[in-house]
Amino acid sequence: MTQSTDTGDIPALSLYQRFPLAVLVAQRLVLSLVLLLAVSVLIYGGVEALPGDFATTYLGQSATPQAVANIRADLGLDRPIVTRYFEWLGGAIQGDFGTSWASRNSVTEQIGKRLGNSLSLAALAAAISVPLAVGLGMLAVHFRNRMPDRIINVISLAAISLPEFFIGYLLILVFAINFNIATFPSTVHDGMTIAERLKAMALPTATLVLVVLAHMMRMTRAAILSVMSSAYMETAELKGLSALRAIVKHAAPNAIAPIVNVVALNLAYLVVGVVVVEVVFVYPGMGQYMVDAVTVRDMPVVQACGLIFAAVYIFLNMLADIIAIVANPRLRHPR
Amino acid sequence: MSNDKFLSSLSRAALSRREFMGRAMAAGLTLTAASSLYATSASAQEPKRGGNLKLGLEGGSATDSKDPAKFLSQFMFCVGRCWGDMLVESDPLTGAAVPALAESWEPSADAATWTFTIRKGVQFHNGKELTIDDVVATLKRHTDEKSESGALGVMKSIKEIKKDGDKLVLVLTEGNADLPLLLTDYHLVIQPNGGYDDPLASIGTGPYKLTSFEAGVRATLEKNPNDWRSDRGYVDTIEIIGMNDATARIAALASGQVHYINRVDPKTVGMLKRSPNVEILSTSGRGHYVFIMHCNTAPFDNNDLRLALKYAMDREAMVETVLGGYGKVGNDFPINSTYALFPEGIEQRTYDPDKAAFHYKKSGHSGPVLLRTSEVAFPGAVDAAVLYQGSAQKAGIEIEVKREPGDGYWSNVWNVQPFSTSYWGGRPTQDQMYSTAYLSTADWNDTRFLRPDFDKILLQARAELDEGKRKDMYREMAMMVRDEGGLILPMFNDFVNAAQKSVKGYVHDIGNDMSNGYVATRVWLEA
Repeated sequence: MTQSTDTGDIPALSLYQRFPLAVLVAQRLVLSLVLLLAVSVLIYGGVEALPGDFATTYLGQSATPQAVANIRADLGLDRPIVTRYFEWLGGAIQGDFGTSWASRNSVTEQIGKRLGNSLSLAALAAAISVPLAVGLGMLAVHFRNRMPDRIINVISLAAISLPEFFIGYLLILVFAINFNIATFPSTVHDGMTIAERLKAMALPTATLVLVVLAHMMRMTRAAILSVMSSAYMETAELKGLSALRAIVKHAAPNAIAPIVNVVALNLAYLVVGVVVVEVVFVYPGMGQYMVDAVTVRDMPVVQACGLIFAAVYIFLNMLADIIAIVANPRLRHPR
Repeated sequence: MSNDKFLSSLSRAALSRREFMGRAMAAGLTLTAASSLYATSASAQEPKRGGNLKLGLEGGSATDSKDPAKFLSQFMFCVGRCWGDMLVESDPLTGAAVPALAESWEPSADAATWTFTIRKGVQFHNGKELTIDDVVATLKRHTDEKSESGALGVMKSIKEIKKDGDKLVLVLTEGNADLPLLLTDYHLVIQPNGGYDDPLASIGTGPYKLTSFEAGVRATLEKNPNDWRSDRGYVDTIEIIGMNDATARIAALASGQVHYINRVDPKTVGMLKRSPNVEILSTSGRGHYVFIMHCNTAPFDNNDLRLALKYAMDREAMVETVLGGYGKVGNDFPINSTYALFPEGIEQRTYDPDKAAFHYKKSGHSGPVLLRTSEVAFPGAVDAAVLYQGSAQKAGIEIEVKREPGDGYWSNVWNVQPFSTSYWGGRPTQDQMYSTAYLSTADWNDTRFLRPDFDKILLQARAELDEGKRKDMYREMAMMVRDEGGLILPMFNDFVNAAQKSVKGYVHDIGNDMSNGYVATRVWLEA
């Protein structure tokens, strides 16, 4: 598109033509917001449409019609869904997710703690796995089809083939039971020192690293390899750069877009997809919180978790896209 | 969520007690029973004080509420028993009512008016003295029609709660000799001003004070220095961690990170036993796993077919396979020897393919019999159904096993479909067990056992004061259910928990799981 209007400096140039980068980024931002709004409708509607009802599920078989009616009236479930949706959305925008039906505590307050736990676990796992994956990927490219590459490949394939609960149990068996050097269960709580907290998080972090490492590593390897076959890499080679330097300086930056995409996907997984790991390690994060809430149909909590998960996912994907846009030299230097 | 059903089945008990109860149970036995409460298994060793006890429990959920009225999970059951007291407790060995915050009680001649003397000199955790007003307020909060209390069902036979000087008077809508036992319900924690001011404050009179709580994650408690009782609360602090993953619980116990876990899967008991520092704590209970047929629905309205299906059940194999040996065989009536007035000497029904084939032929039925089951009916229910299918096949009976989704099993299958698997918790008395599920008018008559002659004996037994006569009546009722009812009862399950060997003084309480919830207040730690 830029090429068709590349005829000279005409004042009638559109905003996009003058600031393609800014416009694309802005577009991406708006798209994300619209997406989030659409997701909020889906979440609210979907949760409402779930079979079963909070009052009966929560009370179980001790539900008497009177108690069920009391709870329903108490929660205002008789009001129309559209009214309730907008009330909920209004609160959510201001960071108020209402009150849990089951525990009558503020959802925002409870999520604050849980989200913090999930995010810190994800951050720790990311801080280890992303540099490790990218580094190993580059190393694999450097030693392409030789022994180090094969070893990295076999180990990463093995790690990716094992379900995370199995990796978790193995780590527990070896490090907590056999050698008794790791903390288990990984329950973190207030009043723990940073060191205690990190020690408790060691095993779940290790599990997550093993789970996401292979995917990112293999994508890095593939992306760099595809760049390696391009003409400018040949030039780099011809002008006498060392192989490692050529990879780090010339190939890697051009492989950023696909790498960032797979990294974002894995980061999102670290936040929203770790339910199993949280259960196995008894780690109090968002996943366990949402599962508990779904079981008793605690709608405000389910909706809040759903919205936050969606937001994390959308945000990370948006970030990956924006980085890809920014990393595109053609857009950075229009004309 | 079988654990919820498990607990709520306790609350179910009282709903069916609408009938007049003529016999007045003497409350006098209770004082002596109280002093021997912990003398049973604990007295062999001198209790040690101190230490931090860590429990890893299944059943905690992020939706748990600190309000005793809304306790539902195993986790909260145990937490509540640590910081709160009820008016009445039950004896761990006999199940009889023993005093707690109520010192003694006296029924009227018709058992419809009960007068309780409340213990004096008991302090709440906040320093306030327990008064009769607190007790009245607590009971009122749980009987309020607007209340969401889990004890509402238990409490609805109470018509009036009043204070008479320094006594508490409860007036019932009908006589009930078992009223004190109803007050042992774990929701009925006595709170200052009944918990009206702040139901979530967790202030009680129990041996421990709640120091931190995160729903579904962790609760910590510390010793209440002003506890009114000296025969409990041996450890200094308690840490209860929610662990819903069975493997996580076992790993935590095996690695020495927790002292006690609940809900050990019989399938993994063998592996856990290999750990040198671990002890399996298995307690006989009254809970039972059942296969229920509707006596009024074809083809199960034919007693020969019902008998054929009963003889086709290999009970020994069930106990071995499904319970891993942690249970006792059943005899097709819902009572075992842990009940007072248990009818002894009834011949044990055993697996008999020939008799099964004989009755099957006599019934004239042909074609497969459809059995519905689900993993939520009881742990291992699907395996049990398949095992049953195999043993019935040898008798020439074809059983078609249909696996139903767990979500909605209790509302769509149990008590609705004519042949299904299910679970029953025990009841304090035989009368309550029969009244809950075998009286024609019972809400949970899940075998559709509609027998006026049975009902008549049940009501007579309730009013009969002569124990010998009553025992005969219970025998007659057991025989009716066993030989003509729709119940196939292959096994009574044990409560299977496990602990480090350093945990001493564990009381095997027949009342409920985890030493009736009191585990943390009853054990001590050997260094």
